[in-house]
Amino acid sequence: MNRRPPTGRRLINFLVSGLSVLASLLGITLLGWITLEVIYRGLAAINLDFFIKLPTPPGMAGGGLGNAIAGTLAMTGLATLIAVPLGLLGGVYLAEYGEDSRLADNSRFSANVLMGMPSIIIGVFIYAIVVVPLKHFSGYAGALALAIIMLPVISRTTEDMLRLVPNTLRETALALGAPRWKVTVLIVFRAARAGLITGGLLGVARVSGETAPLLFTALNSPYWFRSLGEPMANLTVTIFNYAMSPYSDWQQMAWGASLLITVGVLALNLTARFVLQEKK
Amino acid sequence: MREHRVLRFFQLWPQTGAESLGDIGFRWLSGCCALLVPLLILAIFMQLLYYSIPTIKTFGLGFLFSQTWNPVTQEFGAASSIFGTLISTLIAMLLAVPLSMVIALLLVELAPPRISRVIGTLIELLAAIPSIIYGMWGLFVFAPFMADYVQPALGNTLGFLPLFQGPPMGIGMLTAGIILAFMILPFITMITRDVFLLVPPVVKESAYGIGSTTWEVTYKVTIPYGLVGVLGAGFLGLGRALGETMAVTFVIGNTHRISASLFAPGNSIASCLANEFAEATEPLYVSSLIALGLVLFIVTYLVQVLSQMMLRRMYRAWSVGL
Repeated sequence: MNRRPPTGRRLINFLVSGLSVLASLLGITLLGWITLEVIYRGLAAINLDFFIKLPTPPGMAGGGLGNAIAGTLAMTGLATLIAVPLGLLGGVYLAEYGEDSRLADNSRFSANVLMGMPSIIIGVFIYAIVVVPLKHFSGYAGALALAIIMLPVISRTTEDMLRLVPNTLRETALALGAPRWKVTVLIVFRAARAGLITGGLLGVARVSGETAPLLFTALNSPYWFRSLGEPMANLTVTIFNYAMSPYSDWQQMAWGASLLITVGVLALNLTARFVLQEKK
Repeated sequence: MREHRVLRFFQLWPQTGAESLGDIGFRWLSGCCALLVPLLILAIFMQLLYYSIPTIKTFGLGFLFSQTWNPVTQEFGAASSIFGTLISTLIAMLLAVPLSMVIALLLVELAPPRISRVIGTLIELLAAIPSIIYGMWGLFVFAPFMADYVQPALGNTLGFLPLFQGPPMGIGMLTAGIILAFMILPFITMITRDVFLLVPPVVKESAYGIGSTTWEVTYKVTIPYGLVGVLGAGFLGLGRALGETMAVTFVIGNTHRISASLFAPGNSIASCLANEFAEATEPLYVSSLIALGLVLFIVTYLVQVLSQMMLRRMYRAWSVGL
């Protein structure tokens, strides 16, 4: 009774297994190919000047992308300041108050939809409500666009992380006579701290490589920024402009900026994972 | 010690009654933040619609079917952009869906847990790489690779088809489609993996028990069982592919033309917006671009809603939280 499956079926099974190994290798090769290429080509552009100098016209040696680095940091920072409190509170509603109410259901559904919405559409939206009325591009517009992209990420991860906190903890605090909001802020937040940090890191990682929403909100600028109310240099739009230019030294700069962005985003992702694993 | 401090803190403000003022305020505040997200989507739709009105008034429905795109004569039609979006997405889906399925199969059924976790993490990191990096890599590394090896090979073997005719330039519809496939691959893989994992082991084990091979279990049991979820994963990838901007803009060629050949340059809605929006000055030009955005918004919204509904139905049916 020890019959094996007939050869044809075994052969198909073998082929599919082989195919799945090949496909996984393709995925890993791709990750390796992209990161190695970015590191190899990017390192050539990185030096001290890259971080602290202003860009130079094509053909002139030296120069850097200091203003773009500062701009990206400033806009990402402002976006985080806007999106984290709003997203956190939204997540609190979903996990602690709304649960299965219609508002919570709608908000959850919309957050998932908004996460999959093309980021260029967010750019067009901010253009229409901020850039057109103010009649000029600005760092504020860019930061707002990034905040909108970040908001659903924070809100959904917050909800997931708060739901992991055992209910007995809430009940204990409530039984001591603590009001609900204090239980949330002082007990539940503290218990879910690692998860909340992870959510924030993932949110920042999600927006720090975004280009499309900045193209016509923050635009770009060859100078240091004096305020967020003017067009603002940033790394990603600079990569786009420089890569599309015919000048090889500008393309070189674009590779340097790509290296910086890739390292930043991958590091944020890995840190987020690490923080969550430490907790477990 | 910390616990004691916390306790004292609470006892300083003992609460009587059902809900204190602070509680009501906090609940309303968080409720408003939750409401913000649906409101944002509504606001985006209203704004896009409002700015599209001049275009709709001037060109009517013909906007969707006209191929002309001429900022000088102020004539605009979306056909070439819509065509490019659909074709590049189609190529991406044809490549990415089968590949994601077999990778998910490896992760869930074939690989030992430790290796599966490593491969899973690497695939997830692939999803984290920003679109613009794919664009840089696509333009400077992958497009020359396509022009030197892949396109000549395709031209020599399948060149009798109009799809694979024309000079191998590297950039064009085919390259854009392949890069899109690389970008959506991790998303589809991750969700398919979760769906496969949710299929109860008993169901699979009974199939193994009557002598099925791994492939037969996957093809005849796991996939039919989790079909809604797998479809949801596919639609999620579809939504991403339709709206992907930077990577496509780098390699698609950016011309408003419809060509039979996949080697020829074209454009997509998102790439057209990325290229032309900042330079558009005339109101009708801006309005036409925003109308393109409205088309993209409506299509991706519907695809996303479908995908969410499918995934939710699956998770509900299997009674686990979303």
